[in-house]
Amino acid sequence: MVARSDPRRLPRILSTWLASLVLILLGATAFAAAPAGGLTAEQLQRLGERNLQVVETAVADIAASGSPAALEVLRALQDGRLYRREADGVMLVAVRVGGVQLYSDPLASTTGEPLAEAEVTLVRVSNRIRRALSAVIASLSLDSEDPDVRFAAARQFIDSPDSALLEAIETALVDEADDRVRTALEVARAASIASDPGQSEEARSEAVDRLAAAGSSRARRVLLGMFIEEGSELATRRDAAVEVIDRNLARWQQVQNLWFGLSLGSVLLLAAMGLAITFGVMGVINMAHGEMIMIGAYTTFVVQGVLRGISPALAEVSLLIALPVAFLVAGLIGVFIERTVIRRLYSRPLETLLATWGISLILQQLVRTFFGASNQRVETPSWLAGSMEFGQIMITYNRLAILIFALVMLAAVILLLKKTALGLHIRAVTQNRKMAESMGIRSDRVDMLTFGLGSGIAGVAGVALSQIANVSPNLGQGYIIDSFMVIVFGGVGNLFGTLVGAMTLGITTQLVEPSLGAVAAKVLILVFIIIFIQFRPRGLFPQKGRAAE
Amino acid sequence: MKFVPKGLLARVWIVCLLAVGGYAAADEGPIRVGILHSLSGTMAISETTLRDVMLMLIEEQNRKGGVLGRRLEPVVVDPASDWPLFAERARELLSVHNVDVVFGCWTSVSRKAVLPVFRELNGILFYPVQYEGEESERNVFYTGAAPNQQAIPAVDYLREVEGVERWVLAGTDYVYPRTTNRILEAYLKQQGVADEDILINYTPFGHSDWQSIVSRIRQFGSRGKRTAVVSTINGDANVPFYRELANQGVRAEDIPVIAFSVGEEELAGINTGPLVGHLAAWNYFQSLQTPENQAFLERWHAFTGDARRTANDPMEAHYIGFNMWVAAVEAAGTTDVDTVIDTLIGIQVPNLSGGMAEMLPNHHITKPVLIGEIQEDGQFFIVDQSEELIPGEAWSSYLPGSRNIIADWRPPISCGNFNTETGTCGGAQ
Repeated sequence: MVARSDPRRLPRILSTWLASLVLILLGATAFAAAPAGGLTAEQLQRLGERNLQVVETAVADIAASGSPAALEVLRALQDGRLYRREADGVMLVAVRVGGVQLYSDPLASTTGEPLAEAEVTLVRVSNRIRRALSAVIASLSLDSEDPDVRFAAARQFIDSPDSALLEAIETALVDEADDRVRTALEVARAASIASDPGQSEEARSEAVDRLAAAGSSRARRVLLGMFIEEGSELATRRDAAVEVIDRNLARWQQVQNLWFGLSLGSVLLLAAMGLAITFGVMGVINMAHGEMIMIGAYTTFVVQGVLRGISPALAEVSLLIALPVAFLVAGLIGVFIERTVIRRLYSRPLETLLATWGISLILQQLVRTFFGASNQRVETPSWLAGSMEFGQIMITYNRLAILIFALVMLAAVILLLKKTALGLHIRAVTQNRKMAESMGIRSDRVDMLTFGLGSGIAGVAGVALSQIANVSPNLGQGYIIDSFMVIVFGGVGNLFGTLVGAMTLGITTQLVEPSLGAVAAKVLILVFIIIFIQFRPRGLFPQKGRAAE
Repeated sequence: MKFVPKGLLARVWIVCLLAVGGYAAADEGPIRVGILHSLSGTMAISETTLRDVMLMLIEEQNRKGGVLGRRLEPVVVDPASDWPLFAERARELLSVHNVDVVFGCWTSVSRKAVLPVFRELNGILFYPVQYEGEESERNVFYTGAAPNQQAIPAVDYLREVEGVERWVLAGTDYVYPRTTNRILEAYLKQQGVADEDILINYTPFGHSDWQSIVSRIRQFGSRGKRTAVVSTINGDANVPFYRELANQGVRAEDIPVIAFSVGEEELAGINTGPLVGHLAAWNYFQSLQTPENQAFLERWHAFTGDARRTANDPMEAHYIGFNMWVAAVEAAGTTDVDTVIDTLIGIQVPNLSGGMAEMLPNHHITKPVLIGEIQEDGQFFIVDQSEELIPGEAWSSYLPGSRNIIADWRPPISCGNFNTETGTCGGAQ
């Protein structure tokens, strides 16, 4: 524990630090006494100490022990899989096999056994320990079979360059076959040479050039962290290298903003698509649209719960199963609302607005009563977690999936409206109800199905949005205003307009946000739309011809 | 209905009559305790649990024989997360239900909304949430943390233990983050942090698209100095924020985020994976190993019938506040508002972290400061705890506007914003 601070109490802080220093030294002597190459139960037990200094030295000792079990133990500690058995204080590594947690003693070569939750306690780690772990695990995993692990290790070396690691990096480079890992290792080598003042001027400036060529913000951080005499030739070279990287990063920044904009646009598109049907095509000012999205998200939550009960293996496909279920649930609720309320209010838009707003409050409170007010946990399948690197920008999988999904949905809805009988009926009824009726179309039934379709699409959007938003009763409220904005801006009744509207708003927001901030971006967008509507009240792509009347 | 035994109805009546008769026979009937927490609307997520803990405390007190030999009767109203409704419901509690004390509010704006009502009708309000300070009212007792009991110690921890030199102050755009960040900015500058090493960012309520902000934080953090984010981001916007951090590969080891509004209750319903290792500063964590806390948790789980129900900081604040009020009423021998307000100052009751909380003359209390790291199971691993209890400061000494202001509700000052320079009450606007 470090003393809480204030300059007046400096002596006390100092004494605490001295005490910890002594502890480190004690730890070091303990290590010297430990049998070389061996891993002792005592060392493992020290990982469970409350004093972080002791744990830190224990981590270093275990890494240095050279035991094959060391990496396994340290990985387990990092991943939160290291437990202490209450009865005898023995450290156990847990592995989850088919939904059952198996515990085994890393020092004994026994197979794992299941234990009751009360018999073991998790060994907790803090950031400080986690940092120490990342460093030693990286140095231990350079000869791993898995290129991803080696790549992560090389990355770690760039982040914390250390001249002591140079030799290990050189050795690893000799027989590294994977190009990606090779490049990372080369940068890591340059990083450790550049940040080592003991290296020759020539070697260091060569390393600086290699870092400049890497062009990443990681390399930039290494360059800025170098110990260099001000005004030396190396310093000039370094500054030039930083400038090169800055220019490179600035270019990528534009690409990144564009990607962020597309991503935000796809979220808006997804959220607004259902409304494009209920409001855009049917003309119902549907304030309960957001709640349909929320119901879709809750359906995902329920589906995941049910699937988990059947088989944990189904978790990976739970989202795919939730899609049709959410469509049906939200669609049926939509049909029910249309039959009971909206049907009676078709010629009275203002009353529709109030009634649907009331419905939205009722739905929210119903969900709150049944599921509770707190957020519900929707799992992310492993294929949607994480990100990939594209040049100097990060593309997260869940955002990419939502972009693709939104476009596929849009295509499906357009096809449905243009190519199917139902679509034909919907368009006929919205264009001229009387005429459609006299041609034998049951307009009443078409209204019901259209509203159900719009609600169902909102439900499907909810499944996707459950991956990026909080699944709480208020989920829908966050999207309703944006959805209306997209529809009105894009042009009521035009799905293509919805696409262009969503993307324009998304990209504009993301381009404005970095310089002006999120609050100002929001305000600016609203002002922009208000002015825009003054000049083009029917939006970007207005309905033409008779349908417009 | 045939299946109801004939005598049963009669017996129920007799019990009811006896009960009514029994209360009528007691001194002046039950003491009424108002509970003013949102049970619907956006704030229900946080406030419902505070109603539950109050009901538990009241039930326990009744089992011990009530207060002054009188039973306590909870009066629960639902202000529905609607600020003007808070004022209406407060008025209803004080003038229709004639409650003797009110425990309630969460957001600062709801507290500000009820202040005039409590002043006008002379009630007592216990406010259990950490807040921005710059206030001290005669009718309000602040059992949550003032900035000097949460924000400043959190920043100190990052500076000393994590060696942080660059700061992102990220918050939701409303009064609590704005004031807290103003205090923190002044404090950091006073500690020698340069302008360029502080990045302040505000986002609207419920912000869900964190892509560009996280990317900016990442860039800001890649300048070779250790960087941390001090987050006053409000409840719901937090999860997408942490998720985006994890997705963009920002780990807690690289850029830790310390939050002032993320507690066990908020973590209960979410996938904690992306949050592991990030920090929170509070005055209480459920994971505290003290005997007081273990006993409290046992009672709480028994009361709710749910062994997984979480406990959090504002709950402890209500626990302390309620016990202080009971102690004050028993010391004063009356529930009379003015007497109780005066008696409360100096009252000491045990908190759940093993110390004694004291009500100070400025109507704030003494608290320990704890720093915890979020764990996979939604609990906090306590990595630092202040050695002594820190007294709450109503007026920050780091803000130019409130440097000379103090609050002291004892005579002769008896003022919530006394200017020590001019010696007058009403020194701050």
